[in-house]
Amino acid sequence: MRWDIIPVFVPIIFQGVKITLQISALGILFGTMIGLVVGLVRSQKPANPVLRLLYGLATLYVEVIRGTPFLVQLYLMYYGPIYLFRLDLPAMTAGIIALSLNSGAYVAEIARGAIESIDRGQMEAGRSLGLTFVQTMRHIILPQAFRRALPPLANEFASLIKESSVISVLGIADIMFKAKTVGTAHFAVFPALLVAAVYYLVLTGITSQLVRLMERRLGHSDSH
Amino acid sequence: MIRISNLQKSFGKLEVLRGIDLEVARGEVVALIGPSGSGKSTLLRCVNLLEQPTAGSIVVDGEEITAPGFDVNRLRQRVGMVFQHFNLFPHMTVLRNVTLAPVLTGRLSAKDAEDRALELLARVGLRDKAAAYPDSLSGGQKQRVAIARALAMNPEVMLFDEPTSALDPEMVKEVLEVMKRLALDGMTMMVVTHEMGFAREVCDRVLFMDEGQLVEQGAPKQLFSNPQHPRTAAFLNAIL
Repeated sequence: MRWDIIPVFVPIIFQGVKITLQISALGILFGTMIGLVVGLVRSQKPANPVLRLLYGLATLYVEVIRGTPFLVQLYLMYYGPIYLFRLDLPAMTAGIIALSLNSGAYVAEIARGAIESIDRGQMEAGRSLGLTFVQTMRHIILPQAFRRALPPLANEFASLIKESSVISVLGIADIMFKAKTVGTAHFAVFPALLVAAVYYLVLTGITSQLVRLMERRLGHSDSH
Repeated sequence: MIRISNLQKSFGKLEVLRGIDLEVARGEVVALIGPSGSGKSTLLRCVNLLEQPTAGSIVVDGEEITAPGFDVNRLRQRVGMVFQHFNLFPHMTVLRNVTLAPVLTGRLSAKDAEDRALELLARVGLRDKAAAYPDSLSGGQKQRVAIARALAMNPEVMLFDEPTSALDPEMVKEVLEVMKRLALDGMTMMVVTHEMGFAREVCDRVLFMDEGQLVEQGAPKQLFSNPQHPRTAAFLNAIL
């Protein structure tokens, strides 16, 4: 076992941290945006037929994403456009889209759960004061739901960072890719993977700390 | 002020209101009493369209609110509602709870809304709680804030849905006291209540409902001491 090689690996694999951070940050950003919209659509079954269709599509999306492996989704997103439209998507773009779509479905379920957990009386109180549905959502329901969604969101963001390692199969030079290549080149895969593991641990650790900090700053919105 | 004609409401197969006819004059205070499940709350919630009636019509201040396409938000700005479980917004201070609706609906500037809110909070005896969060208030205090919040929209009618039913006994009085003053100030009020003392003392008229129908109504004294209908008599016997 060549422990002495670790100091050589540390800076090389660190180059991958930047890429991992980049794809994760974009995945979190777009995933949250998709998740918020889909979660809102799924938070009440509407009577209006157009909205009903939207609700059905949102449900289908969530079920498909949650029911298939991320690796399969990633390959579909990478090879699909070439196969169907002769559109050669760069690996980075395909990876970020796949990651965002994947995360969006999980965030949607978190958002829906958080919105549904707010007492029905809050919506009634807002509406009874003459506020519109949108005003009540924006000023009364969503701020409370957001506070409740934070702990599961922290989980989701951490798991997105970990899941992003799968993207290395497309040849994107993230932490995982660097570890595999540099480890193989030096015939020392195990120490390289250990270094990668530590980097992931630090990234997910920082993420959950940040979310916890946010939770504390939003202290006042939980109980009734 | 309010004219309800042949109002019906069903939830699926369950008929909750079976043809209610009722008029409430401006400045009148009416109590709705009756066993649970009799439709009192549903009737009240129809008046600000929190429940959509299945059939019949409701006219508030000359406007038929049950007409298709009627602007419910405008109606609700004129009809205040106080709930059994207060439904204060827990993530906002007491002051913000009261100022939110007048500011968002564009009725008052932020500054005017705040002045008005402080005045209303003083009226319900909670001026010193303006900066507090609802969590830190007692049930009675919460309900008084909820009344101030509804009054901030300057409603012409106030609906009270069992406003004291979720309160500890020692807090009932402070809420009823606020409601009584409101009644004396000439507010039109519909109150679903189990507080017979309040109904007797403050209300102009008491309506007894059972199984989705208005069984009997009259001045409190007359209805309580000399009920005409056997169901009214049985109900009063059971609770008094």
